[in-house]
Amino acid sequence: MSARLDQPILSVQGLTTALARSHATVLEDISFTIAPGEVVGVVGESGSGKSMLALSLMGLLPSAVRRTAGRIVLDGDELTSGSADHWRETRGRDLAMIFQEPMTALNPVMRVGHQVVEVLRRRRGFSGYEARKEALNLLRLVEIPSPEKRISAYPYELSGGMRQRVMIAIALAADPKVLIADEPTTALDVTVQAQILDLLRKLRRERGLSLLFITHDLGVIAEIADRVMVLYAGRMAEIAPVRRIFDTPQHPYTQALLASIPDMKGPRGRLVTIDGAVPAIGSMLEACRFSPRCPYRHEICERERPPLGLVSGDQAAACFRPFGYERPIEAVS
Amino acid sequence: MAQFLVKRLVGSFVVLVLVSLMAFAIIWLVPGDPTSAFLDTGATPDQIASLRQQLGLDRPMAVQMLEWYGRIVQGDLGHSILLNRSVTAAIIERLPVTLSLAGLALVFAVVLGVLAGIVAAVHHNKWPDQVVMTLALFGLSVPDFWLGIMLILLFAVKLGFFPTGGYVPFSEDIVGWARAIIMPAMTLAVIQVGFVARMTRASMLEILNQDFIRTADAKGLKRAEIMLRHGLPNALIPILTVGGIVAGALLGGAVIIEQVFSIPGVGRLIIGGILSRDYPVIQGGLLFLAVIYLSVNLVVDILYAVADPRVRLE
Amino acid sequence: MSVAVLKTEQATRSPTIIALTRLLQSRSFLIGAALVLAIALVALLADVISPYDPLRNSFRTRLRPPDAMFWFGTDHFGRDILSRVIHGARISLIIGLMTALLTGIAGTIIGATAGFFPVFDNPIMRLMDALMAFPAIVLAIAVASVLGASVVNVIIALSIATMPHTARIVRASVLVVREREFIEAARALGASELRVLCRHVLPNAFGPLIVRLTYVFATAILAEAALSFIGVGPPPPAPSFGSIIAQGRDFITEAPWITIFPGLAIIVSVLGLNLLGDGLRDVLDPRMRT
Repeated sequence: MSARLDQPILSVQGLTTALARSHATVLEDISFTIAPGEVVGVVGESGSGKSMLALSLMGLLPSAVRRTAGRIVLDGDELTSGSADHWRETRGRDLAMIFQEPMTALNPVMRVGHQVVEVLRRRRGFSGYEARKEALNLLRLVEIPSPEKRISAYPYELSGGMRQRVMIAIALAADPKVLIADEPTTALDVTVQAQILDLLRKLRRERGLSLLFITHDLGVIAEIADRVMVLYAGRMAEIAPVRRIFDTPQHPYTQALLASIPDMKGPRGRLVTIDGAVPAIGSMLEACRFSPRCPYRHEICERERPPLGLVSGDQAAACFRPFGYERPIEAVS
Repeated sequence: MAQFLVKRLVGSFVVLVLVSLMAFAIIWLVPGDPTSAFLDTGATPDQIASLRQQLGLDRPMAVQMLEWYGRIVQGDLGHSILLNRSVTAAIIERLPVTLSLAGLALVFAVVLGVLAGIVAAVHHNKWPDQVVMTLALFGLSVPDFWLGIMLILLFAVKLGFFPTGGYVPFSEDIVGWARAIIMPAMTLAVIQVGFVARMTRASMLEILNQDFIRTADAKGLKRAEIMLRHGLPNALIPILTVGGIVAGALLGGAVIIEQVFSIPGVGRLIIGGILSRDYPVIQGGLLFLAVIYLSVNLVVDILYAVADPRVRLE
Repeated sequence: MSVAVLKTEQATRSPTIIALTRLLQSRSFLIGAALVLAIALVALLADVISPYDPLRNSFRTRLRPPDAMFWFGTDHFGRDILSRVIHGARISLIIGLMTALLTGIAGTIIGATAGFFPVFDNPIMRLMDALMAFPAIVLAIAVASVLGASVVNVIIALSIATMPHTARIVRASVLVVREREFIEAARALGASELRVLCRHVLPNAFGPLIVRLTYVFATAILAEAALSFIGVGPPPPAPSFGSIIAQGRDFITEAPWITIFPGLAIIVSVLGLNLLGDGLRDVLDPRMRT
């Protein structure tokens, strides 16, 4: 890898996307980096723009959504300034993605082995024989039992967990610099979820995988992420190392998310829920979007958009409260 | 797979029994006496009785039906009154003509229809899509026999490119065969090209919205690779299921087109039988067409199972 | 994501209004409706707008090519083709409409019985399969010929030929609707089976049926023409689109206009109905909804 350790492998600056027709923003001013070997978690409720973020990074936005601003740089290569063809060349080689629904993300009429082989042959120039051998290795790596048999199975013959392992093998076949995982465990049973998480952790350890891990489940985040970005209604609410998110959350939304996790150890109290819902696209405020649901809102929150301000060296939050309801100095990422 | 096949075979057999019953029963629909079509009004009661005996109409319906089943299981479709020969033999003699007409039309319909449908789906809502869909809609709205007459008028009468009608056997003269068959086959195919194009487009558009297409896109495959390797194989499965419908429609259409282009095929035999109320020909011809249709659909079902691994398991 | 948002906004309006709004935005529906309305008006006002009597023979004017006096020319009896096409629209549209109605009634009864009462399902559907094994047009020709040439018999023949597919469509929607919760709820409230079927299941199966019947209408106009061409269509002298073409065939080289114009009239009518059907399908057929 050409990246130096102190340089991010992926850097996103000011990424903004909007609906092509109404120009309503879907994601607004998203900036973050991923260091080599780092796992960055993204949390948020449904509708917060998590999946849109993943698709923007892949260059796979649906035609109804456009990127209107921002730069995406992968290992020194600015994808956003190159052609669509260049971005496509990057996918399946330097960038790979695992999707939420293992049941539908695989081609139903193609043998799973072939779906792995396809990446190796078409994108990485393996010969037929080598590709099959490598595909077997990959299936073994993702811990599919008796891979020699499963390599010629069709997706419908495999369980959800097995299919997700195949998806991971397909992603790894690209030997990507960054792997994006969009809710890879959400559609799976709890025990299978744990297995897939274990597998991703192992791959990260053994292969130094850089990972963007998207989920709505803070418990999963605690297990896998180094740093966490909290998304709310298409904006970054907070970004910080995982310990700080759990120990000293700054944004009221992050605090509310943490409070809504049922505490198994403590006394059985009332389950805390957040009142209200994520605002719909097109009906979003320019000011703080969480303010209608926020117990701490001041008048400035309803007037101005809170910029992402540095609370400490490695923690930033888009909230006026930690700054005494004054405008903070904007964090530079 | 074996279970699937057995189920299909049993189903087809039941339908076949019903079909042959219906083909036989069409004689019951006739108001008055079926013999009246063949005899003058001045026929003596003796003549009528002798014809009724010859047709087997003097025996009870149940006996007639049993006889009908007894004959058809041996492949004997009866004896034509007007042609004075075996219906089975007449059909077999004319079969190659109809098969080459319907077969060539099927090739046109599938090749042109699928290609047009893919072009339309790939350029969804852009001008190639609109052109293809407009043409397809026109194809579905033109009476085929009228189109045939117009083509004869233009290409045969005015320009002299093709003969106005008739048929040359393939084995005698390939060029002559091609000249005689191309225009009728194109005419017959027009409706089905429109139908297949619309089906292919709808099917492709649905498939292209599926998650696994996004997966293929995430692999960085080229647009054409995604279409041909992931889109088309999945889109063809529903198209295959309409293959049976297309084959049935071509069979029915061939009956009309043979009439337009004066092609001596099975269709002309059957129409001749219908118009002259030659009941053995009507019954035998209808049964024959239905058997072909059922066989084609059985083959389509098997192909369907081959194309879609999910079906095999069920 | 954006689609979901839009849907919740619309959900506050009544489904009928949503369907109507979407229909009025459908280009297919609007063009189709305009064409069908135009043809229907021509058929209704045939006596008023046709320049001549469609049945009047005149030796002096026989086989006249289109000119200022006879826009579509005349046939071998000297009859004005334009007037015949205008009056032909009447018979062709009546045959199409009546076939759609008859096949709709029969198809609904048969399809709903098969779909709603499981005991009847298999026997009825095998019977429909058997009927569908005969090419529809050949079946129609055979039935029309056996019954004898008349407008009513043509309608019966075409209805028999188009009914099995219609029944299948009704059955499919009934099967889907039958499993929905509100049917269970209606039963729980003590509604009789027949009431559940007529009041709750059938109205919800209506969309695909209407779409199908629009196409049956179009198919019947095409099939009527084919039947006339074969010689088992509505009897002369009253014109239908098909019978004008059939009579023109003998004069195709010397007087092609006899054949050309009724053919174009068929195309316009069928195209209009197909467009109408496409527009309705996009809005009414749940399988096609996005």
